[in-house]
Order: sequence, then structure tokens, then C-alpha cells
Amino acid sequence: MTRHPSAWMSFLLWLPFETVQAAWTVNMAPGATATSRSVFDLHMTIFWICVAIGVVVFSVMIWSMILHRRSTGQQPAHFHEHTLVEVAWTVVPLVILVVMAIPATRTLIQIYDPSESELDVQVTGYQWKWHYKYLGQDVEFFSNLATPIEQIHNQADKDDHYLLEVDQPLVVPVGTKVRFLITATDVIHSWWVPALAVKKDAIPGFINESWTRIDKPGIYRGQCTELCGKDHGFMPVVVEAKSKEDFAAWLADKKAEVAKLKELTDKEWTREELVARGDKVYHTTCAACHQPEGQGLPPMFPALKGSKIVTGPKEKHLSTVFHGVPGTAMAAFGKQLSEVDLAAVITYERNAWGNNDGDMVTPKDVLALKQAEEK
Amino acid sequence: MERTLSTPRLIRRLLLAVVAMFGFGFALVPIYDVMCKALGINGKTAGSAYEGRQQVDETRQVRVQFLATNAAGMSWDFHPKADQLEVRPGASNEMLFVAYNPTDRPMTAQAIPSVAPAEAAAYFHKTECFCFSQQVLQPGERIEMPVRFIVDRELPGDVFHLTLAYTLFDVTARHPPVAQAPRTGATKENPNG
Amino acid sequence: MSAVIEPGHTEAAHDHAHGPARGLSRWLLTTNHKDIGTLYLWFSFCMFLLGGSMAMVIRAELFQPGLQIVEPAFFNQMTTMHGLVMVFGAVMPAFVGLANWMIPLMIGAPDMALPRMNNFSFWLLPAAFGLLVSTLFTAGGGPNFGWTFYAPLSTTYAPESVTYFIFAIHLMGISSIMGAINVVATVLNLRAPGMTLMKMPLFCWTWLITAFLLIAVMPVLAGVVTMMLMDIHFGTSFFNAAGGGDPVLFQHVFWFFGHPEVYIMILPAFGAVSSIIPTFSRKPLFGYTSMVYATASIAFLSFIVWAHHMFVVGVPLVGELFFMYATMLIAVPTGVKVFNWVSTMWQGSLTFETPMLFAVAFVILFTIGGFSGLMLAIAPADFQYHDTYFVVAHFHYVLVPGAIFGIFASAYYWLPKWTGHMYDETLGRLHFWLSFVGMNVAFFPMHFVGLAGMPRRIPDYNLQFADFNMVSSIGAFTFGATQLLFLFIVIKCIRGGRPAPAKPWDGAHGLEWTVPSPAPYHTFSTPPELPVEERQP
Repeated sequence: MTRHPSAWMSFLLWLPFETVQAAWTVNMAPGATATSRSVFDLHMTIFWICVAIGVVVFSVMIWSMILHRRSTGQQPAHFHEHTLVEVAWTVVPLVILVVMAIPATRTLIQIYDPSESELDVQVTGYQWKWHYKYLGQDVEFFSNLATPIEQIHNQADKDDHYLLEVDQPLVVPVGTKVRFLITATDVIHSWWVPALAVKKDAIPGFINESWTRIDKPGIYRGQCTELCGKDHGFMPVVVEAKSKEDFAAWLADKKAEVAKLKELTDKEWTREELVARGDKVYHTTCAACHQPEGQGLPPMFPALKGSKIVTGPKEKHLSTVFHGVPGTAMAAFGKQLSEVDLAAVITYERNAWGNNDGDMVTPKDVLALKQAEEK
Repeated sequence: MERTLSTPRLIRRLLLAVVAMFGFGFALVPIYDVMCKALGINGKTAGSAYEGRQQVDETRQVRVQFLATNAAGMSWDFHPKADQLEVRPGASNEMLFVAYNPTDRPMTAQAIPSVAPAEAAAYFHKTECFCFSQQVLQPGERIEMPVRFIVDRELPGDVFHLTLAYTLFDVTARHPPVAQAPRTGATKENPNG
Repeated sequence: MSAVIEPGHTEAAHDHAHGPARGLSRWLLTTNHKDIGTLYLWFSFCMFLLGGSMAMVIRAELFQPGLQIVEPAFFNQMTTMHGLVMVFGAVMPAFVGLANWMIPLMIGAPDMALPRMNNFSFWLLPAAFGLLVSTLFTAGGGPNFGWTFYAPLSTTYAPESVTYFIFAIHLMGISSIMGAINVVATVLNLRAPGMTLMKMPLFCWTWLITAFLLIAVMPVLAGVVTMMLMDIHFGTSFFNAAGGGDPVLFQHVFWFFGHPEVYIMILPAFGAVSSIIPTFSRKPLFGYTSMVYATASIAFLSFIVWAHHMFVVGVPLVGELFFMYATMLIAVPTGVKVFNWVSTMWQGSLTFETPMLFAVAFVILFTIGGFSGLMLAIAPADFQYHDTYFVVAHFHYVLVPGAIFGIFASAYYWLPKWTGHMYDETLGRLHFWLSFVGMNVAFFPMHFVGLAGMPRRIPDYNLQFADFNMVSSIGAFTFGATQLLFLFIVIKCIRGGRPAPAKPWDGAHGLEWTVPSPAPYHTFSTPPELPVEERQP
């Protein structure tokens, strides 16, 4: 991981040829599903047909460029049409196209297979993270970029999965038809995992479907592929395929986690503990808009440093984070974060960057608000 | 020489074409709607109640899933009472959706339905739906909103499951709730009563 | 009908000619097609440098993984403005400039049919782009939603400046439409006696078809931005799901404009290259008639393939199949054109002056762009290519060696006619080779990173894409810097150089070569008689 901080330095050193990590990948990978393999085969078929046509056309051209130069004493011919030839080069490409269309149609029909699925996951795009909900399982969570901001700003070495790592991947069982129901809450996103050959737009107000059946366990990485605003490049998709047994265990764990979180809520927290936890939550969830130092990006994303809400009464601060601010980019985090994380991040904001409020919001405060509203 | 139009006439025609194409751009909006309905392009369902009656097909079962998503900026609690139902084509079914306004001000919301697979949208008939009109909730108000629907008997045989997804949008800014006393109670503004 | 204007009879040509006005008012008020053509070409070149410098910012940021030079928010403004400036500011005005200069000279007309409108349609452009570029300096920043400005990112979630962007698009649209009307009127009504449609140089044909495309689709673009404006300010819900609209509708309407727009940017280049290759092959163009029909078929097909830009938005199977087949069909007329160019060269007597170098590179590299286009047409494969760098590679292969090389080829080809001097051939060839190498080094690796999984429009990327991105950036810097050489060559050519004869290329045909070089301010005030050699295409 020896990336030099200076772009020019590496330019001079011609870094790409030095590093071992050099990845000169030039082609699509066959992927991990039957669909991705047939798409790959189709891609290669079309590619080689194009290469063959290119070789013929370019050979004729280059032949002519070498042999039919004036400097070789070539006298120009005068022909300027030939019906038979012209008909031929209209019909032959048509035939080639039909040859291409047959496997393409077959693959497309395979992808549009409507058969029944065994597991359904709702995938929801947010600016700028994904939310996964296992239908009928009571399990749902957000999946945030896990790459530390220091790596992005070149203050730390970048790891192998730089920008392609998340805090909680989507976990699915292998050998199971998993259906994705894809939508978005704000702008259009697109959910893409190259190894599964699944790419579908997530459109606010509309639901799209797609599916996959993964052969072998592994971690498959992708990204949002539809420009969705500032952090479009920072909302990766990570899918972890586990064996059916491991998946069942994971699902049980996940359900147990809900209980565990409840325990955390009941625990007595000190301000320092909350600030430490809130630091992490802030940088995963809030820093993209409000910036690592709380300076914001006005006018879209207001500063938190010295902000009226953050330095004002804590009830208003909690309610703002919990409910969001309608009509702005500020989302309601009441559903997105646990009580502990809400309390932690608010306590952090109230005590960071010279916002020395000196007070704290406890998980129980958050729980109280939640319960008051559910009555 | 080919016969040609005089320049002023030619320009008039071209300008007419420009105006016509500008209009065509707008005409694409209804054309698109018609195409969507005919081909089931975007999973939109009808905006008004289905009036028909159908015989129940006892030989077949279809799984209908319900999804509820809040659009950005929407802070209501919004969810179906159950994740899914097994239904028979032709039969009338009901599902309740719960909505709760946790904020300290009245808000207007609009639910937008979408059906997947999109091709099946034309076979999903809502006889009653909270999405036909806007919902106003007072601070702290909670309601249960029904959707009643029939899955068409003609639903293609290769469709085993349908997903009905609602996205709830906050439209308070565009449609401020009319000042009124907080109401208690459940459903309202159902076109079919 | 007396005056067959012969080379060298400069005085005769000047007899009935009024010279240009002096000073600034010449350019502000001119109705002369040559002046307006010059204005368009200079404007286009300025925009090319502006859009190019934005590309340099993009490539500098992408030189290495991590954020170094710009923040993501500004990066998005750069990609958006780069696209808008290049498409609407550089490529389209360059072709209008070429049309203004050359169409009257090619068909023996004294000027464009609507000279005053011509002036107006040019001067709208600096206004439009002044407005557009000024948004970069506003508080919320300029347009940041990509040149395709998909709703709702460009409506509900847009920066304040979107209103100015919409207004700028309207101005550009009006300008293009007026330019197109002018071309149609000129080509249809001002041809010299005997210049039947099927005897016109192919450049006039492709421009005529382009003009009809412009008239058909620019109003649709105006319509779609008007709908955006109404959604943003007047409470309608064309594209807003909350009010019963559909964001996907935006894409349908946009691409109904957008796909023909792609051909608007390439057809005039087809025409110019169809003049240049025969000249330097010293052989008539092969298959003139089939070229005309192929161009018309491409234009027709461009209206029924738009949804191939939308294969992943959730189109039903029948829709995917229809748009896939229709798109694949475009390969047929495009293939005919390429085969015709190759056959024109076959058994010619070739020389490789700068215009020919650019034209040959045009054919080869455009064909490569065509191949990747064919791959993208295959819907299931497109699920993997869509919105990756493979697409970026594809359209830069079609637009840079296609549109831009076509413009360079035309510029070198006609510079002697415009300036009266030969350009510096050595520098011209240097410009070509640096552009050719730079362009391929910049864009070829993009195929690789795209296939390996790098999405487009991202300011930062995983390390696996690092090496090829660095190569791309080096190529892009080379290509960008090389264009300053072009500026130098053009200025040098204007200021002096070997005097150009009326017909500097021995293999050239066409009326434009019957007037002296530089072309007098007024030409063909009396319609010319076609030279014998022009009586057949």
C-alpha cells in the first residue's frame, strides 16, 4: 500500500509500474451466478465478432494505405459504385446481427425469469447509503461506507477494499433465489453488483425487481451507478453470500442484536463513553453532509459548529435529529439509528468542535421520546 | 430542378414544425401514460377505484407483499399491519396500513403505489385505497388506512407473487393542511365511502 | 449566368463586392455568412478550450485515488459543465460555423438564406454560455446533475442555479433551431442552377438531414426543460412522484431528444470526411447515393432507439427486445458508410496531408466507437456496461475522433480557403500525431476500467482502477495541451504562410475551389455554372 501522497511525485516515479498491487484488469469477470456467466459469454461472443469485423475492415484500409499511396506511383482508379458489392455489405451485416441477436435474446429471457423466490430483500437507496430489509424477517439495517475519511483525504494508507467496504453488508444464502425489490427515497440511484450481473435503478416512488442465485460463498462488491449527488462515488454495495446454515445463524444473530441494543439502552452511560461512540457514528452517518469538522457545506448542508440547534436546548436538538427537517436534505434518523447511537451522536455534536454544551443526551432520553410518540 | 417552396413559405412550415415538436414533447406525457398502462411499463396502478366484480378462482394462490417506504424528509411512522397475504385471484382482500404523525405540526402526506412486477400492475385492482387522496394528520395523530384490492383472474400464469409498494411523500408545503380540530378515528376520504 | 468564376480572377470577384465594415461593428452586426462562420468557429474553439480545461480538472482529480484537488460537489459540476459545454458549446457551433462558411460556397449561393437571423442565432450563444458558466460562481454552485440532468436530481434536489441553466438551454435551443432553419432554407432554395440535390457535396446532404433532426428534437429538449421549470417553480408534477409524476418520464423525453442529438453531432462530420477522403485519394467518393440513403436511415432510426439509454430503469421484456433490435440495426447503415469510405481509398492515389490524417483516424477510431456501441446495444450485456467507464470510453471514441477529428480535418482542409495561406504542414502533422496518441492513451484504458467495474461520474475510486486512470489522465493532459498547438497553427496561418491557390488540393472537387483563396467577402453574387467535372457527383 505504498501510495505516495503527491500525485506529481508518483507521476515522476512512474509509480504504476513499480507497485505490486498493480491491477491491469482489462476485462469483465465471469462472476458468481449462472446469469453473470451467460452475460459474460455473450459479451465475449459479441466482442470477438467485432474484433473479426474490425480485422477485416482495418486490414483492407491499411493495405490500401500502404500500397495505394501516390508515392508508390499508384494511378487512381475511377470506380465509384458497384451495386452487387453494396447490396452484399448491407445484407451480410444484417445476417451477423441476427447471429448476435439470438444469444442476446436467450440471455435476456433468462434474466427476466419470473419464477418464485425463496428470500425477498427490499433495497432502498438513500443519499448516500443503502438500506436493506429482509421481508417477513423483521431484520433491516443501513449499509454505510466504512472507509475512514483519512484514507479518502490521503492522510492514511488506503486498504484493498478502499471505497468498496461497508459497515454492514447485505448477507444472503447461496443456492437460493433471492429477489430484490429496489426503490429509493430521494433521487434515482442504481444498485449494481458486477459479480451477480444485477444492475437496476432505484427510483423514488417506484419499485423495480431483480433477482440472483449465487453459487458459492464469498463477498461481492459493487457501487451505485446512477449519479445521485455529491457522494455518488461513496455508496458501495457489498453482498456477502453465506452457506444456508451460516445464513440462518447470521439471521438469528441479527435478531438477537435487537435485544442486545435494548440492553445498551438500559446501561448507564457516561458522557465520555457517549462522545467516543458518537464520534464513530458521526463520521459514518453525518460527516458526508455536515463535514468532519462540523463546518457543513452551506447553503445545502448547514454547519453544526456553533449552530443554534446544537448549542441550544437538547430537546430541540434530539427532536431535529430524530424527525429530520422536512423540505431539506436532513433526514429523520429516529428510524435509522438505535437509541444508543442517537444519544451518542447528539452528545458528540454538543461537545465537539468547541460546542462546549457540557451536557449529554442519554439513550433513555431517546427511548422516552420514542415511547411518548408511540402512545 | 425540383419544385421548391418559396423561402417565406418554407420557413413558415419549418417554424410550424418547431412549434408542433415543442407540443409533441408535452404530448409525450399522456402518450407515456397510455403506453405505461398498455404495456405495464412502470408499475403504476390506476388512480381511481376499480368498480368491477370478479368470480373467485379457487384453484390458484398468489402471494401479495406489502412495502411501505418513507420518502426523504417524511418523518411519519408508516407500515402495513402484515408483510404479506396469500390471496385468490378474483377475491376481494383488505390490508391496513398504519400512519402516525410524531411531529408537533399538522402534515399532509401522499402515498404513491407501485406494483412489481410492472407487467402485473394492470391486473392489480384497488377497489379502495388511501392513496387516492391526500392524508392529513394532526400532531400525534395515528390512523389505520385500508387498501382493498382484487387480483385479476387473468393474471398471467407465470406471476406467482405481486409486490405492492407505497412510498409516502410529505406534501405539506404544496398542500398545507386546512386548520381543523384534531380528528380521532380511522379512515377518511375514501372515494367509495 | 456568365460568370464562371475562375481561379486568379480576384479583381473580377471584387468588382461587385462591398468589403466588410471596420472595427467591432463588423462582427456585432455582420450578416455575411463567412464572418458569421468565423465567429461560430472561434466561439466553438473557445468553448472547446473551456470544456477541455474542465476535463483537465476531472482527469487531475482522477489521476490518483483519494481526493486531492477538488471536492466531490465541485467535481460533479465539472463533469456536468464539461458535457454541456462540449456538446452545446464546442461541437454543435463548430458544425454550424462550417455550414455557414461552406454550404453557400459549395452550392453556389451568395449567402445563407436568412442572413439577419443568422447573426442573431450566433449572438444568442455567447449570452447562453455566459449565463451557464456564471452559475459556477453562485452560492450553491452550478449544475451538478450530469449533462443528462435526470430528475429529480435536477429538479427537487437541484441547486438554485438550475433556473439559469434552464434559461441557457432555451437560448441554445433557439439558436440551434434558427441555425437549422437557415441551413434548410439555404440548401433547398439557394442552389445554383444545375446543382440538383443529388449533385450536392455530401456535407450539404448530411447537414440538411442534421438540420431536420435539429428542428425535430431541439423543441423537445426545450419542452423537457420547460417541464422542469414548471415542476420547480409552478407546482406541476411532471417528474415528481409525490404529485403523481414519474422521474422515468423525464428520461424518455430527454432521450427522445438525446439520441438524435448524438447523430446531430456526428452526421456533419460524416459529410466533411466524405469530401476529404476522395480529395486525398484522388478518386470519386464510392457509393454517393448509398451514402445519402444511409445517412437518412441513421437519422430515421435515431428516433426509435432512445430507450437503449435506459435498459436498467426497469423496462419490460418486450421493450428491451424492441430497443435492442432497433439499436443493432443502426450498425447496418453505419457499416455501409465505413465500407464506402474504405472503398473510396481502395486503389486511389493516396497522400496523407493533415486533413487526410484526421479523416483516416476518424474512420478507424469511429469504427472502434461503433463496435463498443454495438456491444452496448446488447441489452443483457448492457446491464454490466451501463453507467460504467465503458460507456465513457464508447462515447468519447465516437465524439472525439468522430466529431472533433471531423472538425479538425475540415478546418485543415478549408483553412487555405478561409485565410488564403497554407497552414504549416509539419506542425499540422505534429498536431495530428499528438492528438491521435493522446486521445487513444486517454480513452482506450477507460474500456478496461469500465469492464472491471468502475462506475462513471465518480471523483474517487478503488485502487484496482488506479493504474489505468493514471494512464488515462496522462493521455488526457497530452491531448489537452496539444490543442494549444492547434491554436498556434491557426493563428500562424491567418497571419501568413505560403499563399494558397484557389484549389490547394489537386484531388479536390467542388464549387468552393472555384473561388480565389482567401474567399472574397462576397462570392457567387451571380449564380455560377457548374464546371464540367461537377456534373456528376
